[in-house]
Amino acid sequence: MIVRKRLFCAVIAGLMLPAAAALAAGASDDATERELENYRQMLKADPWSNPGMLDVDRGEALWGEKRGPNKASLEGCDLGKGPGKIDGAFAELPRYFRDADRVMDLESRLLWCMEKLQGFEANALVKRPYSKANQSGTELEALTSFVASKSNGAAFAPQLTHEKERAALALGEALFFRRQGPMDFACATCHGDAGKRIRLQSLPYLSQPEEARQVVGEWPAYRVSQGTVMTPQHRLADCYWQMRLPLVDYGSEVTVALTMYLVNQAKGGVIATPGLKR
Amino acid sequence: MLRALIRVAVVASMAGSALAQGAHDLDRGALDRAIKDSWRQAQPEWLQRLKQDDTQALCSLYRNNPPADIAAAIQAREKAAIKYPAAGVALMGDWKKGERLAQSGYGMRFTDYPPRAENGGNCFACHQLDPKELSYGTLGPSLAAYGKTRNFADADVKAVYERIYNPQAAVACANMPRLGASGFLSLEQIRDLTAYVMSPESPVNK
Repeated sequence: MIVRKRLFCAVIAGLMLPAAAALAAGASDDATERELENYRQMLKADPWSNPGMLDVDRGEALWGEKRGPNKASLEGCDLGKGPGKIDGAFAELPRYFRDADRVMDLESRLLWCMEKLQGFEANALVKRPYSKANQSGTELEALTSFVASKSNGAAFAPQLTHEKERAALALGEALFFRRQGPMDFACATCHGDAGKRIRLQSLPYLSQPEEARQVVGEWPAYRVSQGTVMTPQHRLADCYWQMRLPLVDYGSEVTVALTMYLVNQAKGGVIATPGLKR
Repeated sequence: MLRALIRVAVVASMAGSALAQGAHDLDRGALDRAIKDSWRQAQPEWLQRLKQDDTQALCSLYRNNPPADIAAAIQAREKAAIKYPAAGVALMGDWKKGERLAQSGYGMRFTDYPPRAENGGNCFACHQLDPKELSYGTLGPSLAAYGKTRNFADADVKAVYERIYNPQAAVACANMPRLGASGFLSLEQIRDLTAYVMSPESPVNK
């Protein structure tokens, strides 16, 4: 345990190099990437050393706890495989839910259950859905981390039997290539070619299944630079922020459709959450 | 003219032409509705940013690979809209200011308001420029020694100014933002960036 803690601190110290020093060092980005890879290997040997597991743990407690105005747990929540069935559910999301008559990803479905089963007000929950740097995760982030981790080892199996699921995929694909905003950016601007990077940050080629399979299943991920878990909804909202667009709504049709596109690109890719990212 | 081309293009794509594997079964109104429904919390003035101009719409439709006639129409229109400094003012400004702009990625994100600095060109995010700067991106080509390789020719100075102002005047559906046309950078800033790329004194050409 002590050894693990020391190793962890060493890795963190390596990653937290001040930006200026990192730039001056030049090759330090490669070094950082190597340290991250070492750390990922250690996590494989002992997944509980991933700080993101704190959120997974907290999410598990929240899942079973009777909460909200209705004093209900989420054990009656149907994530697509029947009420309370969590194992492998994330691998088959987003999917169509008849009760809501729309396609939902894990996060919008959790929001739905918190509203319908526990009686929480959805508007209040989505007001600040993402934790800030070095804060512990929001309840939605913790629950998302927990449920996603219950699909670890499973492969993405996109659900496309319902007409609305196929429509979400078509919408997500169109959105991926849609250019907009003062910078003319589309998702494809940065993620539509192999081997590219912004500054020194490598960019996954997401319109190609091979790379999508490798990276999509790493989200939600623990971000070392932020000290927090970042969920798929947060990841997409952050991309739109950088594209100079307004803050996209949590669990919106657009972000669910993009998730459907990414999951379909990553079909067959194995889920390993929480991933570890800079 | 472009409106007409868009209509033709949309009809062609609906007929299942060379385009898109998934977009064919997408009702185009569905996309606009989804966007409207997905930014309900956004301020009205911000929603403007989600509306596409003709160039963005065509480049999205053709996934940045428009047929020759549409590409030519885009380039002609974008070229005609380029603004130049007043007569007698050089196209090259101050390369030192340009260097700072090339390093800065600040501006127009919703966390950038009220503005605390001028917008940056963020050139290093995608291009190599000064070879001493090791933190550069590769989405765009390397511009190291760009001016030197071209003997600092006046024609290339003009081409660089235009390329920064509006890259789609030269290459329809180029990935690079139309930094002058969108108003993201001022003419003054574009002059400084032109100097950073083309001046013999600039570290880009050392």
